This record gives sequence, C-alpha cells and structure tokens, in this order.
Amino acid sequence: MTADVSSAAAEFARRQQSPLQRIQHQLHGRPWLSPLFLLFVTFVAFFIATPTFLTANSMGILLQQTAVVAALAVGQTLVILTAGIDLSVGAVMVLSMMVMATLTKDGGMPGVLGLLIGVALAVGAGAINGLLVTRINLPPFIVTLGTLSIFTAIALLYSGGESIQQEHLPGLLNALGNDFGIGKFRLTWGIVVVIAIYAVMSFVLSQTAWGRYVYAVGDDAESARLSGVPSKRILLAVYTVAGLVYGIAAWILIGRAGAATPNAAPTANLDSITAVVIGGTSLFGGRGRLIGTLIGALIVQTFDFGLSQMGVNQQWRVLATGLLVIIAVAIDQWIRRVKA
Amino acid sequence: MSASDLEVAYGGVPAGKEDVYSKQPVLSARKLVITFGRVVGLDGVDLDLYPGEVLAVIGDNGAGKSTLIKCLTGAYVPDSGEITMSGQPVHFKKPQDAREAGIETVYQQLAVIPALDIASNLYLAREERRKGPLGSVLRMLDKKGMERRAGDAVQNLGIQTIQNMGQAVETLSGGQRQAVAVARAAAFGSKVVVLDEPTAALGVKESGMVLDMVKQLRDKGQSIILISHNMPHVWEVADRIHIQRLGGRAGVITPQTHDMGEGVAIMTGATKLSQDSAA
Repeated sequence: MTADVSSAAAEFARRQQSPLQRIQHQLHGRPWLSPLFLLFVTFVAFFIATPTFLTANSMGILLQQTAVVAALAVGQTLVILTAGIDLSVGAVMVLSMMVMATLTKDGGMPGVLGLLIGVALAVGAGAINGLLVTRINLPPFIVTLGTLSIFTAIALLYSGGESIQQEHLPGLLNALGNDFGIGKFRLTWGIVVVIAIYAVMSFVLSQTAWGRYVYAVGDDAESARLSGVPSKRILLAVYTVAGLVYGIAAWILIGRAGAATPNAAPTANLDSITAVVIGGTSLFGGRGRLIGTLIGALIVQTFDFGLSQMGVNQQWRVLATGLLVIIAVAIDQWIRRVKA
Repeated sequence: MSASDLEVAYGGVPAGKEDVYSKQPVLSARKLVITFGRVVGLDGVDLDLYPGEVLAVIGDNGAGKSTLIKCLTGAYVPDSGEITMSGQPVHFKKPQDAREAGIETVYQQLAVIPALDIASNLYLAREERRKGPLGSVLRMLDKKGMERRAGDAVQNLGIQTIQNMGQAVETLSGGQRQAVAVARAAAFGSKVVVLDEPTAALGVKESGMVLDMVKQLRDKGQSIILISHNMPHVWEVADRIHIQRLGGRAGVITPQTHDMGEGVAIMTGATKLSQDSAA
C-alpha cells in the first residue's frame, strides 16, 4: 500500500521505532536470524568457557554428532510445516537400521540390497503415517504416537534386542562413517549426505509448486483445498518423503555409531522437534525455513557437546535443552506480534 | 411450464438489454434435484446466467441458495437435472472439474493463504514453471514471471486496491483480501465467477469497494453469480435477481421492476410471482 502523505496513519508509519522494535521487524522478515544469533552466542559462550571447544578437532566431532539429528529434522520440518508433528522419527530410523543390519549381517545379503530394502521400509513406514492421517483423518500426534510404539516394538522383536557391530556389516552400510580431511577438519561422508539433503529439500520447498503447496496446506488446509491444491496428496507425500529421509538417517546412524543398536538414539524424537522449533518453524504450520532447522540442529548439538566438554552432568544438558526450547518459542511468539 | 416460459412469465429481462438475453446463457441449469436422505435440498431448480451479467441469488436460510451454488460449482453432484455451459452439457464430479470448465468460485471463507504473497495466491494450484530444463526437469517456478503477470492481471481488472504483488496476504485488510480472491477468480479467463457473500464480513467502505469491483468486472464482460443476504448490495449491482425459496426458484426479478420490499416478500412467500404480476 502506498502511504497517504497527509493521513495520521502515515505519520504513525513514519514514527521513530525503538531499537527493540527494529530488531523485532528484522526478525519478522528473516525468521532464521534469531537462531543464527543464538548459535553465535552459544559458540562465544562455550569458547570462553572451554579452551578446547573451538578447535578443528572439536568442530569436526560436533558436525558428525549433528548429522543424524540434522537429517531427521528435515523430515520433521516437512511434517511440522503442514501443521503436523512426527513422534515416530526415531522409531522409523531405528527400525530401518535394524532391518538393514540384520539382512546383511555376515554377508547374508549384498549391502546395496539391504540398504535399499531398509530405506524402502522407512518410506513405507512414512506412508503408513501419511495414510492414517489423510485417509482415516486421525490427528498426526495420535498417529505417530501410536506408530512410535509399534515401530519400536517391531524393531526390538525383529532384532531380538541384539546389537550388530560394524565388523559384521558390509562396507557400504558403514561407508557414511568414513571420514576425510579438509585442512584440519575431519568430516564424514554422512555430513556430506546431510548437506545434500538440505540443498535438495530447500530447493524443492522454495522453488517448486510442491513446496508452495506444503506451506499452503500447513497454513490453511481448507483454503488450499478450495483453491485446488490436492491437500491430501500433498500430506501423504510429505509423510512419505519424511520416511525416505529417516531411512537415509538410519544409514548415517550406522556409520556414526559403528553398530546397529535397537535402543540407539533415544532422544532423536525430541531433538528433531527441538531443532525445528528453535530453527523458527511454527508448530502451527505454514511458516519456516529449512536453513533455520539446520541452525536449530547445530544449536541443540552445540549445547550438548559444549556442556559435555565442560564436564557438566548429563542431566544439566537435558535441562538446558528444555530451557532452550521454551526460550526459542517465546522469542518466536514475540516476533509474530510485530506491528506492521 | 417450460423453462423459456418461466423466463417470460417472470419477466427477468432488464429493459434495454434484450439483445443480451436473446443470446445463449453461459451457464444454465434445468430441473436440478438433490436430496440429503429425506431432506430435499433442491426440488427441480432452473437457473440461467447470461454473458456479461450479474445474476444475484437471494433466498432465506435453508432456501437452497448454497446447495444450488454447490451443485453449479461441483461441490455437490445433483441427483438429477442438467447443467449446460454455452449449450454443452457438463457433469461436475468435484470442484476442480467446474474450475477446469471455467467456473471460478470465491468462497465465503475466501480460500486465500495468509502466509503466501499475493502473486503466489493468484497462481495457487496453477503455477507456471520456468522455460527450458530448469522448469521441465527441475520443476522450478517462474516466480518473477508470475509476479509480473499477476500485476498485469490485477491492473487489467481495474483493481487499484492491491499493488505490491510480493506482499503477504496476511498484511492486507479484509476488503483487500476479498479483492485478491476475486482477482484470482477472474484473472485467468474464467467464464463464470461465483461470489459467495463477498461483503458479509466487510465494513461499509470496503463493501463499496468490492461492489465497485463487481461492477467493473461485469462491464468488462465477466458473467457473475452473486450470492448475498444483503438486499441493498444486491439491488445495487445485480442485473437480475434469482429468488430461491423452499428448494425451488420462486422467480427472477430485476431491480428495475421490483423494489427490495417486493423482493423480500417473494423470498419469504408473502407474495407469489404470477404471470399477472410479472413485468
């Protein structure tokens, strides 16, 4: 709208903003700025607290630790953008991982085949979530709360509760744990895969019609449907693509953990949700950027990693993560109250 | 009594516009019946929309206004009866079918996406991709092109209230949102635009703006069906008024031949339109 020079509202629009208001405005336009700022503060704080924090070695480990949660958080972001929530992320990943490992154990099946079956299973698990949400119209929270238990139980029953160490697994399944050096940094192939996932999904979300539909369905599903957006197909696709991402995360996890363990990654669900929320994606759907999620995942891991470097008790780390979520969402709510 | 008899009997042709009404209706319904269990929604309704006119549909709650419109826009499938567009029979199974046939509906709840910008809303579900492999292989959207063409389309429709196509719809006023929704319906060469209570949620000034927009669209040759409870608004913009009562068509009048009081009387059943009372 063009401002009317003479009106009182135009006067109001030209008013001096307080510095705080200006910050609020900037954050409203660029919601990923606040997590980036938070990440920066976290880094500075830990750099001051522990001298070993900001070394190439530590940074490499930090990135390796972030890889799995960052991958899961991509799927979680897609689901949350549609105003859903996925509590089954960790369960799908572990189930997929145990199937990959059990099938290929001691040369039982070629690595490629086991990997493909494992990923396909994760895709199927995601599709089941999607079908329950779209066909039976169950709330995503309930659906994934149920499948969380179901997939966890299947993973435990199928594997007999036994871990499979990496020396029993084909090289391909361990490949994403292999590292290479860039200068002093040691990076794993898993990190490369995660960056690729982010690049591809960011492109899809921001540059394609499908991405636009994901936002539209999340913002107002009924309006999207009336506008001709195939809402249910989009929702089903979102849960299925999320499943695919969890399958790839399973592959990364085997390499990272050096084993396939049925009770691996117990905090994966909440960590992925935390990463998405801290990254500025709204739990009400329709708003958020994938880059924010990546920053969010880094923040979660930096907290955990930095505190453990400082020798802080595990429970304090959990407590800190909890505080982080509440503060992040409070900031998010404040930003949304911005005056035009 | 045949359909054309009804037309004559109820005198639904405004003076000086006889040439328009001798043409073929752009949208026509004959003897539509729809039932919901034992409830009769529509009991053999006829409707004709001629090119370049605003046909208002009025009726009391439960008279079958919405049901009629939903049948015409594919949201309901009538049990029996016939719908034709420019003489060709059409069968809509879902809203998308009606849309593809050229019937665009602006729903009461607006159906715009607040978080998306105006251009994205105008092009929602009909996005255009970039030329070459970027579009065909990578499926990249032609964002700049869509924004430019959205701006042109809005200009052509004479809608001055929306300017910046990159603005998020949530930052717009109710009237401006309505304008976006109407522009979206009219911008892509649709044959019929259906407006469901476009002024219901708006203040006086914004209602006036939307009514002006409706008139401008009509003057550009757009055929419009307007559903409204607001009699002054109907009498201001409508060329003809279809009165729906008890699941049937009580008659078609014009603002010139009948005043609001008479219209309401027919709507509530206090008076009946007969051949004698018709203009």
